[in-house]
Amino acid sequence: MLTQIAYALPFLAQGFALTLWVSLLVVVFSLIAGVIMGVGLVYGPVPLQWAVRIFSDTIRGIPILVLIFFAYYGLPAVGLHLPSFWAAVLALTLFKTAQVVEYFRGAVGSIPKGQSEAAMAIGLTFRQRLAYVIFPQAFRRFLPPWINGVTDAVKGSALVSLLGITDLMQAINQVIGRTYEAMPLYILGALIYFAVNYALSLASRRLERRFSFIRE
Amino acid sequence: MGYALNFNLIWRHFDKLWGGLLLSLELAVISIAIGIVIGLVLAVWYVSAGRVVRTIIAAYVEFIRNVPLILLVYLVFYGLPTVVDIAYSAPTSFVVTLSLYSGAYLVEVFRSGLEAVPRGQLDAGKAIGLTPWQRLLNVRLPTMLRITLPALSNTFISLFKDTSVASVISVPELTYGAQWINFNTFRIVEVYLVVTAMYLVTGYILLFALRLVERRFRAAR
Repeated sequence: MLTQIAYALPFLAQGFALTLWVSLLVVVFSLIAGVIMGVGLVYGPVPLQWAVRIFSDTIRGIPILVLIFFAYYGLPAVGLHLPSFWAAVLALTLFKTAQVVEYFRGAVGSIPKGQSEAAMAIGLTFRQRLAYVIFPQAFRRFLPPWINGVTDAVKGSALVSLLGITDLMQAINQVIGRTYEAMPLYILGALIYFAVNYALSLASRRLERRFSFIRE
Repeated sequence: MGYALNFNLIWRHFDKLWGGLLLSLELAVISIAIGIVIGLVLAVWYVSAGRVVRTIIAAYVEFIRNVPLILLVYLVFYGLPTVVDIAYSAPTSFVVTLSLYSGAYLVEVFRSGLEAVPRGQLDAGKAIGLTPWQRLLNVRLPTMLRITLPALSNTFISLFKDTSVASVISVPELTYGAQWINFNTFRIVEVYLVVTAMYLVTGYILLFALRLVERRFRAAR
């Protein structure tokens, strides 16, 4: 049993690398899109606020799995042919973007109004207010939940295995298909995911404690 | 080029989706019911236990929270029967998984809820001569449940969405119904539009109903 698993390790490592690659892409894309939409939600004109609100509430109401199937099977029918990898990244990014929007809204909303008013009173422009007053403070509120939320991207990435992409989850299933060592391999896989995600949630908790000096 | 929407085949097989939705709800309800029991017992145990028990409970919670649900589903359905002499159907196996999964999240919810019960209430209970059990059952738990109700309803709604993962072990819930229609009729866009709408509408009806319940039982502050 151990020799079989040892033999499969390089293959599992490749799968793990793909899991990390998918997660990284999703995290970066969703951070950019989420912050832009977050600014739209908090500071944009009312129609834009509505659009972002509807986007976020819709995406968060749909199971990630359905989003992934929709992106993979549904988009080609309307003329958009994405390889399975990018369909999965797109679906996970949409899901994660909605999350980032909410983290952003929560972080900016937690900064007392007086800060913004004071900045206005000393004559800062809108951009200056955001860049020098609101964002530096909101960043400390945003970071801990956002890092913790990265675990959702890593966990969600396991669903891409259903599109036949050889991520860690799929690699484990394939090795089980050949060796029939189901339990040891699932536990090994669980421990790998656990190690990554637990490290992230510890980092999140540590940052939260470090930033806890900011109070209203 | 040019994809004409045609919902006829979806309506013809709508029983697959409707039955799937009902099964999704059933799976979520049974799982949260068992999850609440797990969560309550472990949370009450946790706050009064020593170091060893606390570590074990925390290990369970952290393990479940940091591993993808789909892996847990596979582990319980395909993995466990190879080492333990048990056999169960796919839906039963999924309910076991989702119960353990929700239990882990609810331990955290209930634990922080128990800590949020004002000290004065417990002292008052002591002062009127309630035994420790009576204080737990009549003072601590009811107050804690009121405090945790919003978190509880959020957990339920996300469990309802998580039931879609049951499709990977062929439990005929809503997502499985969607895939069935996808592969058998190729009305792909239509079926996912309908299924998405079904998840959204059900989710928001649940949210709305649970918010009404919350308002009824809101903790007095």
